[in-house]
Formats: sequence, structure tokens, C-alpha cells
Amino acid sequence: MANCLIAAVEAIGAAIASNKEVLTSLDAAIGDADHGINMARGFQAVSGKLSTLAQTADAATVLKTVGMTLITTVGGASGPLYGTAFLRAAAAGQGKNTLSPSDVGNMLAAAIAGIKERGKAVRGEKTMLDALEPAYEAFKSAEQQGRSLVECLAAARESALDGVMFTKSIIATKGRASYLGERSLGHQDPGATSAYLIIAALEEFCRSQEQREE
Amino acid sequence: MMVGIVIVSHSAKIAEGICDLARQMGREGQIILPAGGMPDGGIGTDAMLIYKSLIDADDGDGVIVLADLGSAVLSTETAFEFLCEEQRSRVAIADAPVVEGAILATVQASVGAALPEVMEAAISARELKKV
Repeated sequence: MANCLIAAVEAIGAAIASNKEVLTSLDAAIGDADHGINMARGFQAVSGKLSTLAQTADAATVLKTVGMTLITTVGGASGPLYGTAFLRAAAAGQGKNTLSPSDVGNMLAAAIAGIKERGKAVRGEKTMLDALEPAYEAFKSAEQQGRSLVECLAAARESALDGVMFTKSIIATKGRASYLGERSLGHQDPGATSAYLIIAALEEFCRSQEQREE
Repeated sequence: MMVGIVIVSHSAKIAEGICDLARQMGREGQIILPAGGMPDGGIGTDAMLIYKSLIDADDGDGVIVLADLGSAVLSTETAFEFLCEEQRSRVAIADAPVVEGAILATVQASVGAALPEVMEAAISARELKKV
């Protein structure tokens, strides 16, 4: 379990690292130009921490380690937000040694609830929630239709991307971008983009696992 | 015993500078601690650093936090989650301008006021007219 989940988190880290410049340039337009740098630094620290974990660690231990490390190393708002998300997902995955689509859905729901609580934000404010909430809805609906984890994540990734595109059409009312008011219009939200990248990386990782098993 | 004060900023220099300024208005032995920047010296806020300052600033009367922008508040609230329930009940963030709020909170705390009064003083900084 730990092996697979650690590899999944490494895949997320790799996606963040290779999109570091993209995220930072999106943030330069409406924020403080550090989202990519911060996230890449955070996931690099995560990678170091995970390498010290025992192979027998359960899902909750892995995710808790990710959350704590992001909280202490990211620096921007995305640190406490994603950190809280992983801690809440850890709590939802307590004691699990395999993860069904329904488990993953519950963990995603807990993560989103954590982000909303920490950021006191709702959908439509030009934040990561504009990618995450539609992604969760698509995931849940696929899961209820009995689809596989990869199919659920594919549905989630598509809706997350729609959500990212939607952020271009709205004005930021949360975070640093809200200081720009109308000037934030037309710009894609960096937080929604990193949320999309995380989901896309998870889908790609699970797909590669599935192909390996075949 | 006095209410402790913690200054959270993205910049270590801002946090330390505000503490220096506030201490001029405070009393000897009053605890006013900075929690600014990242461990590597970069710009950002670190919930664990804030957590340590909250522990160090609390002599039993509680702690009031003055924070700068956005994620300073998020990181502070995250730090609160790591406190034991007892200490968590006596920490609070003042929704106030960080410099003026710190000064007013310091003065109020220095006369031995309790947490709610220190909070009220900090928040009253929102009404301060400078010009």
C-alpha cells in the first residue's frame, strides 16, 4: 500500500515540478508569482520525507506525512490549504490498506471540506475549489455508476479542466488576486491549475498501474 | 502575567520590526514574539514556526496574533490545530491592521488586561485615523 501511494505522490510531485514555470507565470499575472516555486519546494520536501517511511505504512500515515510536510514547507496559502487537504484525506483513509473508488471519493470529499474550512471559501471565487468541486462531483457520479478508479479519475480530470477554464471568466474574491478586483478577469487561477495537475497526475499514475497489472 | 503577542508576517523582517516597535510601548518582561518568513529565510508563512511562537508566548493568559495578508491567517489557523485544546481556547487572531493592532494590543496587554480586552484594543485599530 505505502509503495503504491508513495509512488502516486511522487507522480504528483513530478507533475508539479515540470509545471513549476507555468504555475508561477499564472501566479505572476494575478498573485505574488510564487505558486509554482512554493509547490515544487513543498513536494520536493515531501519526496524526501516519504523516502524515510516504512514500506508497511498505511494510507493514513503516508497522507499525513504529505500534509504536515506541505504545511511546513510551502510558505504561501497553498501550504496550509493543500496541507489541510492531505491531513483530512489521511483521516478519511485511516486504517485502509487498499483503496476502492468509494474510499478515494470519500478522501477527496474530506480534502475539499478541509480546504473550504481552512480558506473560508466557496466555489466561484476563483480558487482551487473551482477545479476541485466539479472534479469531485464527476468522480462521485462515475463511482456511483460502478466505474473503475481510473475512469472515475478521468471524469474528475475532465471536469477539473473545465473548472480551470471557468476561472478565467470570474473575478477573484479570495486570496491575493482579490486585491486586483476586475483586473483578475481573463486570467486562469493558479490554484485551480495546480489542483487540476494533481488530479491529472493521479489519473495518469493509476492508468499506468492498471496497464502494468494487465 | 500578561497576554502574549505574536506577529505573523510573510517577511521575517516585518515581523521582527513590528515586534521591536511594539516592545517600545510594552513593559519589561512582556512577551512579544515574531513568527515571520520561512525557515530558509524566504518569504512565506510557516505554521510550525507560528505554533512554536504561540507556545513560547503563552504564560497562561493566552496569546493574541496579529497577521499580515491572507496566508498568514491561514497558517495561523493551521497552527491553532496543533495546540492542545486547553491552549487553543486562549489564542485568537485579531482582525486588525498588523502594525497599529500590535501597538494597541501591546499597550492593553501591558496593563494586565485579559484576552478579550486586548482583542478589543487590537480591533479598535481599524478605526484609527492617520490623516
